[in-house]
Amino acid sequence: MSQAAAIDQQRVTDTQNAEAWRDPWSLPLESLDPARAILFKENVHEEYFRRLRQEDPVHYTAESEFGAYWSITKYNDIVAVDSNHKIFSSHKNIVVGDAPDEFYSPMFIAQDPPIHDVQRRAAQPAVAPTQLADLEALIRQRVCSILDDLPVGVEFNWVDRVSIELTTQMLATLFDFPFEDRHLLPYWSDVATATPSTGRSDVTFEERNKVLQECLNYFGQLWHQRKNEPRKFDFISLLAHDPETKDMLDNPMEFLGNLILLIVGGNDTTRNSISGGVIQLSRAPEQWEKLKANPALVPNMVSEIIRYQTPLAHMRRTALEDIEFQGKQIKKGDRVVMWYISGNRDEEVIDEADKFKVDRENARRHVSFGFGIHRCMGNRVAEMQLRILWEEILNRFERIEVVGEPERVLSNFVLGYTRLPVVLHAK
Amino acid sequence: MPKVTFIEFDGTAHEVDVPAGGSVMEAAVSNNVPGIDADCGGACACATCHVFVNEAWMDKVGERGDMEQSMLDFAENVRSTSRLSCQIVLTDELDGLVVDMPEAQH
Ligand code: HEM
Ligand code: FES
Repeated sequence: MSQAAAIDQQRVTDTQNAEAWRDPWSLPLESLDPARAILFKENVHEEYFRRLRQEDPVHYTAESEFGAYWSITKYNDIVAVDSNHKIFSSHKNIVVGDAPDEFYSPMFIAQDPPIHDVQRRAAQPAVAPTQLADLEALIRQRVCSILDDLPVGVEFNWVDRVSIELTTQMLATLFDFPFEDRHLLPYWSDVATATPSTGRSDVTFEERNKVLQECLNYFGQLWHQRKNEPRKFDFISLLAHDPETKDMLDNPMEFLGNLILLIVGGNDTTRNSISGGVIQLSRAPEQWEKLKANPALVPNMVSEIIRYQTPLAHMRRTALEDIEFQGKQIKKGDRVVMWYISGNRDEEVIDEADKFKVDRENARRHVSFGFGIHRCMGNRVAEMQLRILWEEILNRFERIEVVGEPERVLSNFVLGYTRLPVVLHAK
Repeated sequence: MPKVTFIEFDGTAHEVDVPAGGSVMEAAVSNNVPGIDADCGGACACATCHVFVNEAWMDKVGERGDMEQSMLDFAENVRSTSRLSCQIVLTDELDGLVVDMPEAQH
C-alpha cells in the first residue's frame, strides 16, 4: 500500500471508530457512558438505555467527563431510589456533574429534609389546584391570542412562537412578574442551565454568575415590594411572607438558587412538552385522527406526551452509605443517576413503551415527574397548560405539519428542541 | 392485623387486612383497592391518596402533619375529615378503621 493509501485507510478507520458511539451495541458493555450530552442531541440515547435495561440495568461507568457514576435504568429501580431519600441524598447536586463549590447556590430540590420540606411548603401554594382554577381563564385567553396570531400555510418555528412564548407567560403569571420584562425569565433559565455539569458548556461559570447576579437584583426589588404588601399567591410573595423563608434574602445565594429552581423547573420542561407533543402527533397520524374524533382524550394524551418526551432525562442522587442494590455494591459518596427517560421506555412496566398512544391505559403511570418527596411540585400547572393548549389547537387547526427535522438541545438533562419548523393547516 | 374498610364514591366497600406499621395508602394499593392513585409513592408530595376519615375514627387517627396540611390544598373537595392516606400509619388501635374515597384524585 502506498503511503497515501495507508493514510486514507487510516482516515476511514478513524471515522468508523469516531462514529462507533452512535451504535452502543458495537461497544464493550463496561465502556458505555450514557451521560454524554451528544447522545441526546443526536437522538441515539434510546439504544444505549435499551441495551442497559437488557444487559446491565444498574450500570457503573467508571470514567466520564463527570467522574464515575451509576445508571439506574429500570422503572421500578428508579422508583426505589427516588423513594429512598434517607440513603440516596439530593444534597448538593441533582445532575450527574458536580457544580464547582464557588458557584454553589442552595435550592430545595437539592436539599434533604428538613430544609427541603419547609421551603417547598412555603412555595407550593402558588401551584395548588384552587389557585390554578383562578388562573385557568387567564391562561386560556393567552393561549388563544398566541394561536390566533400564528400564520396559516406559512413555515415558522413552533419553539419560538408557541412553546417559549406560552411557557414564559405562564411563568410570569406564577411569579406575578412584570409582563413587559417577561423575556428575562427564559433568558435567565437558559443561562442557569447552560453549564458544563449537564454537558452544555456554551456559557462559562463566570459569565453565568454575572447574568444571575442581574437576576438576583431584579428579584430582590420584587421581594422588597411584595414584603411590604399583603400576602398573595405568587412565588415571591409566598416566600417573602412565610415564617420559614421570610429571611431568605439575607442569604442571596439561597434566594438565587430557589429562584432558579422555580424558573428552570417550569421553563424547559413545559416548553419541551409543548414542542414534543407536536412532533409525536406528526409522526403518528393515526393518533391525531383518534384525538380529533374524540377530544375528550386530551387530558390522557397530555400525560402520554409528558411520558414520551420525558423533559428531564435524569435526576442524580448521592449515596450516603454503602448499599447493595440489585446485586451491585454502591459505595458511600457514589453518584447515582436515575434515568427517567429509560424508565419511561421500560417494557416490563409500560406496554409497547416505544409507541405514542393518545388513549394509552394508565397514561399517568410514568416517571417524568419523579417520585418520592421531590416529586414535581408543578405537575398540575404543566398539565393544565398543555390541556388548554391542545383543546384550543383542536378548535382551530386541521393539522400541524412538521416540515423539517427538529433540532435537539445538547444536554444530558433537558430533553428538548431549539427548532421545530411547522406549517399550520386551517380547519 | 388491623382491618380497614375503604368505601368507594359509588358506595362499594372493600375490607382488607393489613399488617400494622404500614400506611392506609399502602393498604389500599397492595390490595388493589381502586381509587387511590398515590403518584408519589407515599411521600406526601402528590395529594392523590386523599380520603375522608369516618367521623367515629377522627380522634384515634390523630392530627394532620404540617406538610400534609399544605399538600391537602392540592386535593379537591377537602373537608374537615380529609386526610392523605399515606400519612396515616396503621396501628392495632386503628383496627376496624373506615374511610370514604373522593370521586377522583385528579
Ligand atoms: C412537564 C413539565 C414538568 C416536568 C416533566 C417536571 C419534572 C420534574 C422532575 C423530574 C422533578 C424532580 C423529581 C424527583 O427528584 O423525584 C421536578 C421537581 C420540581 N419541579 Fe417540575 N417538572 C415540570 C413542570 C414544572 C413546573 C411548571 C414547575 C413550577 C413552576 C415545576 C417546579 C418544580 C419544583 C419546584 C421541583 C422541586 C420539587 C422538590 O424538590 O420537592 N415543575 N420536576
Ligand atoms: S401518596 Fe402522594 S401524597 Fe400520599
